[in-house]
Amino acid sequence: MWENAIDFFSFTDANVIYVVLGTIILGASAAVVGSFTFLRKRALIGDAIAHSILPGICIAFILGGTKNYAFLIIGAFISGWISILLVDYITKKSKLKEDTAIGLILSVFFGVGILLMTYIQQSGNAEQTGLNYFLFGKAASMVGQDVIVFSVISVILIITVFLFYKELQLISFDEAFAQSIGIRVKLISFILSSLTVLAVVTGIQAVGVVLMAALLITPFAAARYWSGYLPRILILAAIIGGFSGFSGTYISYIAPNMPTGPWVVMVLSVIALISIVFAPKKGIVSRWFKQRKYRRLIQDENILKAFFQIAESNESFGEPKSVAMIRKKRYYSDRLINRIFKRLKRQGFLKQSASGYYLSKFGQRKAARLVKLHRLWELYLTEYLRIAPDHVHEDADTIEHLITPELEKKLEEKLNYPKADPHNSQIPYDN
Amino acid sequence: MVGDAISHAVLPGIVIAFLWSGSRDSVTMLLGAGALGIISTFLIEFLTNKGNLQSDASIGVTFTWLFALGVILISAFTGQVDLDQECVLYGEIAYVPLDTIVLNSGVDIGPQAIYLLGAVLLMVIAFVWLGFNQLRITSFDPQYAISLGISATLWNYLLMAFVSFTTVASFESVGAILVVAFLIAPAATAYLLTKRLKTMIFIASITGILSAIGGHFLAISINGSIAGAMATVAGIIFGIAFVYVRSKTKGDAKITSRESIVA
Repeated sequence: MWENAIDFFSFTDANVIYVVLGTIILGASAAVVGSFTFLRKRALIGDAIAHSILPGICIAFILGGTKNYAFLIIGAFISGWISILLVDYITKKSKLKEDTAIGLILSVFFGVGILLMTYIQQSGNAEQTGLNYFLFGKAASMVGQDVIVFSVISVILIITVFLFYKELQLISFDEAFAQSIGIRVKLISFILSSLTVLAVVTGIQAVGVVLMAALLITPFAAARYWSGYLPRILILAAIIGGFSGFSGTYISYIAPNMPTGPWVVMVLSVIALISIVFAPKKGIVSRWFKQRKYRRLIQDENILKAFFQIAESNESFGEPKSVAMIRKKRYYSDRLINRIFKRLKRQGFLKQSASGYYLSKFGQRKAARLVKLHRLWELYLTEYLRIAPDHVHEDADTIEHLITPELEKKLEEKLNYPKADPHNSQIPYDN
Repeated sequence: MVGDAISHAVLPGIVIAFLWSGSRDSVTMLLGAGALGIISTFLIEFLTNKGNLQSDASIGVTFTWLFALGVILISAFTGQVDLDQECVLYGEIAYVPLDTIVLNSGVDIGPQAIYLLGAVLLMVIAFVWLGFNQLRITSFDPQYAISLGISATLWNYLLMAFVSFTTVASFESVGAILVVAFLIAPAATAYLLTKRLKTMIFIASITGILSAIGGHFLAISINGSIAGAMATVAGIIFGIAFVYVRSKTKGDAKITSRESIVA
């Protein structure tokens, strides 16, 4: 195995270089084009095209009678194009949804393709043997000529994306707006569809019909978890696509019998899953931690508020409160309340005595501020938005955790430092 | 579209079941595929809800990944697995009569696939019959279903398990991709023609049967793949229905209802 690895990285075998270059170029350019179909929420259109080019290839073969490469690609391109048009037409002109139309078109086109393919096989034309490459891919048997074709097409793809970057970005995010500022949406969609078909027609020879969709959408699906800025996501997607192409080739080289295409997709999917789960900021894990942080903050603040309200109602500031008393104000489970007590004590907002917890000086100021924000907001809603006083509590309960000191100041000024809220409760100021 | 995804995603389940049992025993393969069908449904939901991925993308990512896994498994155990990619992808119904069940007494009781598909047909009919109301409510209005105490999630998973069963049972006859034609095309045709669910199911069944018969004759006449021809005919029938509906509604204001069928 080590010898194989050394062999691989020494790149002495011309064939290895071709395959590696070919898959990297393909992976990267498909990722860039696929990103836009992803953004237009048409991720599966690539799958439809991939299946739909089969009849085109067969018809081109029947008409041409030979395995002329250019001829087959043109056939593939045309039938891929027709499939997109049909999906659009069916979606627009009937009550069927887009995903149904995609599934319908891809399977029927594929059926027609298989029918034609078996027909060709029966006809006994000796040249038909290579047609299968379009179905299952042939990454491992790429030769110099293929790499040249791939490179040319990839360069075309990337240059076109570069030239129309702004328009593509606009129609991907807001088609109506793009239309309104005079961008020719139909033309740009046409260009994007052509690019997609082109990417699929070339990519399919490397990874096969079924896995083509992955080359288009998975790199972007992974990259978008790492950044929010489109150019950066695109570059990242291209890198992920290229890297997967490279690793897939490597794995199939060092392990005998391993197919290249599926390994490319395997590497891609693993990168995507890792990104979805562990990416900083947008990943599942970090979002979970963030949510937990906010949930705890809100729980803490609610309990502090409950302390303040009880003390306010019976003038018992500084006296210890029991769990049961808090529970009447804010219905959490006993266990949760005890946990929050401990947390608040650690932070210095609560103090513990023999008979229970009470607000520290610091805690009392924080609680007073929360109560003030709550009541200010209630007053604001009734005065300025004319909402009935009995409808404002819920809203204030949510917003009180989010109001910033700047907003707080504005509210106070706007309401002219009011004494009481709409329910005639005192607004406690910190002085 | 989930049907398409599942038909591809069950591949590793079939391979694992095959390696486990060491035979092409239909029941084991059905169980393996059913399990993978449920797992892929779960994965799709997980990526969509927890991972914040748009639903079409999570479908695409899930099924390509599982399919790649299946192909890798096949390649890794080529010596032991008597399955090949081509067979999985587009099957050949013409071989079905060759794979017959021979009883211990030596009597040939007919092709295995017929018994398998017959059993699955009965199961599907029983499932739809018994769960008709639940399926209908959870398909059209999951929130209402939940308010009635019907678990939309449970029925969704049950439905997907049945989609997997049907897919796998059809595998050796039509292959993973063309089975999608039969999952979607008849239903889409019927959906264009009627608004009533019961009528729709009825029309869809008739369309399915017609495509099967028509496809058979088409395939014989040009000596091609039967499964491919069946999908072609299903597509033609859809085309006719589509043109018919268009010509009928032409001139009218386009009235569409938002509820639609997800295969």
